[in-house]
Amino acid sequence: MNAASELGNSLSDDWSKKHLLGLEELSADEITLILDQAAEFKRLAASGETKLGALAGTVVANLFFEPSTRTRTSFALASKRLSADTVDFSSAGSSLSKGETFVDTARNIEAMGVDLVVVRHSTPGAPHLLAKHLNASVLNAGDGTHEHPTQALLDIFTIREQRGSLKGLTVALVGDILHSRVARSNIWGLTKLGARVIVCGPSTLIPPHVEKLGVEVSNNFDEILAETDCINLLRIQFERQRSAFFPSIREYAHLFGMNGDRIKRSRKDVLILAPGPINRGVELTPDVADGSHSVILDQVTNGLVVRMACLYLLFQRRKQESAVGAPQ
Amino acid sequence: MSTLVIRGGRIIDPAQAIDETGDLIVRDDRIVGIDQPVNSVDQEIDATGQIVSPGLIDTHVSFREPGFEEDETTETGTAAALAGGFTSVACMPDTFPTVDNRGAAEFITLQADRAGHCHVFPLGAVTRNLDGEELAEIGQLVEGGAVGFTDAKRPVANAEIMWRALEYTRMFDRPVLSHPQVPELVARGVMHEGFYSTLLGLKGIPAIAERIMASRDLALAERTGGRLHLMCISTEGSIDEIRRAKDRGVSVTAEVTPHHLALTDDLLQSFDSNLKVDPPLRSADHVAALIEGLKDGTIDVICSDHQPYANEKKDRELDLVPFGIVGLETVLPICIKTLIEPGHLSWSELIAKLTSGPAAVLGIDRGTLVPGSVADITIIDPTAEWTINPDGFRSKSRNSPFVGWNVRGRPTTVIVDGQVRTVADL
Repeated sequence: MNAASELGNSLSDDWSKKHLLGLEELSADEITLILDQAAEFKRLAASGETKLGALAGTVVANLFFEPSTRTRTSFALASKRLSADTVDFSSAGSSLSKGETFVDTARNIEAMGVDLVVVRHSTPGAPHLLAKHLNASVLNAGDGTHEHPTQALLDIFTIREQRGSLKGLTVALVGDILHSRVARSNIWGLTKLGARVIVCGPSTLIPPHVEKLGVEVSNNFDEILAETDCINLLRIQFERQRSAFFPSIREYAHLFGMNGDRIKRSRKDVLILAPGPINRGVELTPDVADGSHSVILDQVTNGLVVRMACLYLLFQRRKQESAVGAPQ
Repeated sequence: MSTLVIRGGRIIDPAQAIDETGDLIVRDDRIVGIDQPVNSVDQEIDATGQIVSPGLIDTHVSFREPGFEEDETTETGTAAALAGGFTSVACMPDTFPTVDNRGAAEFITLQADRAGHCHVFPLGAVTRNLDGEELAEIGQLVEGGAVGFTDAKRPVANAEIMWRALEYTRMFDRPVLSHPQVPELVARGVMHEGFYSTLLGLKGIPAIAERIMASRDLALAERTGGRLHLMCISTEGSIDEIRRAKDRGVSVTAEVTPHHLALTDDLLQSFDSNLKVDPPLRSADHVAALIEGLKDGTIDVICSDHQPYANEKKDRELDLVPFGIVGLETVLPICIKTLIEPGHLSWSELIAKLTSGPAAVLGIDRGTLVPGSVADITIIDPTAEWTINPDGFRSKSRNSPFVGWNVRGRPTTVIVDGQVRTVADL
C-alpha cells in the first residue's frame, strides 16, 4: 500500500462532480483532468505501483442490469487496485426477477453501506434515476443507447497516448450510430477536445439530426479513409436491432467493414479502435484486428486506469464534502 | 322550487355567442336565463370579477375502475374533475375488464351516481377487449349509455375494422374516437423522434406515424359518412390533414391537450417520467401548428387526457413507465397560460373548446347556458394566483409534469344539476 502522496492530490482538487453520468455534462477541462489522472495511474503501474490504498475503507457496488464482461471486469479490477471493497450485483437471478423495482434494489444495496454505485442498464436515464434516489455517487457504465462515458474516455485516452493531443485530428465513428451509446459519448468527448468527428454508417443507422451534435455524416466509408486519423469501429448491436436496418451481414461487411484492402487505402499511421466485443469478419477482419494499426488491446489496458481515475476523482470529491460537512 | 342567482359575473356562453355581465338565474336543476325578474331568491352567489361559464366538459379521461383502483376510482376521478371545473366527463373503456358490453357501461354510470360528484358519460370499446379484431356490441353499448366508441390508446390498426366501425356507428349517430398512430412506427418508442431523441438515445416516435393514421381515418370517415373524432392531436402534419378534410366537408372533430401546448420534447433531458405521454411531447414547430389549429377552428376541443398512475408505476426506468399524466385539475390554468395570456384565444374561444365543442363531439345536451338547459355551471376566478402542488389534488395519483408551476385562474364554484359545490370545500 502506498501513501496518497504518491498520487499528487493537486489534480483531484479541480474535480467538483458528485456523479459521472455522461460526457455531455463535462467540460473539456474536466475530461482532461480524468485523462491526466489516468495517465498518472498508468505511470505508477509502470513503476510497479499496481496496488494503491486510495480507496481503502470504501465500498463500490457494481450493479449490472445488462450483460457485460469487459466493462464489469474492468471496473471490478479498478476498484480492487484502489483497495475499495466491492460488491457485485447482476440482474440475473436477483430479486428483480421477483418483482422488486430497480430503484428498490439499488436502495437495498446502498443500505449495506455503499459509497459509490457503478451502474449498467438498458434504459437511457437509469443512472440519472438512481442519482435522484441515492446518496451514493453514481457512475454510468452504459445506459441503453444514451451514454457510456468511461468507454469514450478510454478511447480518447488511447488516441491521446498515441498522438499527444486530440486537437485537429479527424476521428471516424463507423457503424451503428443509432444504437450506440459509445458513439454518443465519443462525440461529446472528441468534439470538446477539438477533434473533427465523422460518423459513418448505413443511412438507416444514422440517427436524425445527429449533425447538430457537431459531427459530419458520411454513408461512404471508402470516401473518408484518406482524411481520417483514427477509425473507431462500432459493434453491430444485433441485440438492439429488432427490425431490418440493412439487408445482410455480408452486405454490411462489404460496405462498412474494415479489411486489409481498406487499410491500404487509409493513412499510413491510421489508428484502428474498436470498443468490443468485436464481431470478427463483420466490423473488421482478423488481419486488421490483430494488425499493426490496431490499438484494440491498448484500449482494454487503458480502460483499467481510466476507470481508476473516475473512481478516484469521485471519491476525492466525497471526501472533501464530508470533511467540510457539506450536504449530500 | 329553489331559485339560485349568480350575481354580477361575466357570463360567457359561446353556444349563444353571449359574453356579458349579468345575473344568471337557476331554478332547481335548470337554467332560467340572464337578468330575468325573480320573485324569491333561495341562494345567491356573488360572482363579481369572475367568469360564469357552462360547466366544462372533458372528452377524454381514464378513471381506471374497474381493474386499476390503485391509480384512480370513479369517486376520486370525478372529484378531480369537479376540482378542475368539469361537470361532465367522458371516460375511456380501457378498464379491466374493458367497457365492451352493456353491463360494463352501466357499471360506470352506477359508480358515478354513487360518487355524486359530476356526470360521467361512458365511451364504449370499438372492438371486443380493445383487441382490434371484432366489433364490440355497439348497439347494446348505446343502450347502456355509451356516447361514443373508441379503443382508447390503441388505434384500430385494421383498416377494414375501422371502416365497419365508422359505418356501423353511423346508424346510432355516435362518433368513433380514434387515437391515430401507425402501431409499427411507434412500437417501443418513448419520445418524439427528433434531435432530442438522438441526443438522449431514447427511441423516437415519428410525427408522421400520427399523420399517416389520421389521414387513413379521415379517408375512411369520408367514404363511410361516419363521425370521426381524432384524439390528442400533436403534429403539424395531422393538423394539415384535418384542416383539408374539414374543407371537404368530412364529418370530423379533433382535440388537443394542454400539455402538448405547454411542454416540448427538449424537457425529456431531465428523464422525468411525468414527461412521458402518448402521443409524445413534440417540438416547438408542432406546438405552433396546434395553436394555429385552435385559432382557425381545425381543433374543436381541449381535453385533459387524464391518465392517473400510482407512484410505484411512474417512479421507474423510463422505458418501463406507462405513458400519461393526470390533467383534470390543471387544464384551466395551463390553458390560460398557453392560450389566453399570449393572446392566442379569447376567453369565449377557450370556453367553446371546453364546453360547446366537447358537447357536440359527444352529442350530449350540455355545454350551454341556454334557458331550459341542465344547470351545469362553472364559475372561474380568472386572476387567482396559485402554485400547482399535487399534494392538493383530489385525484388519487400525483403524476403531473406541472409541479411547482405558478399559474393564474381556477374554478371557485361548480354547479352540477343545480347543486352548488364550492371547490375549496371538495
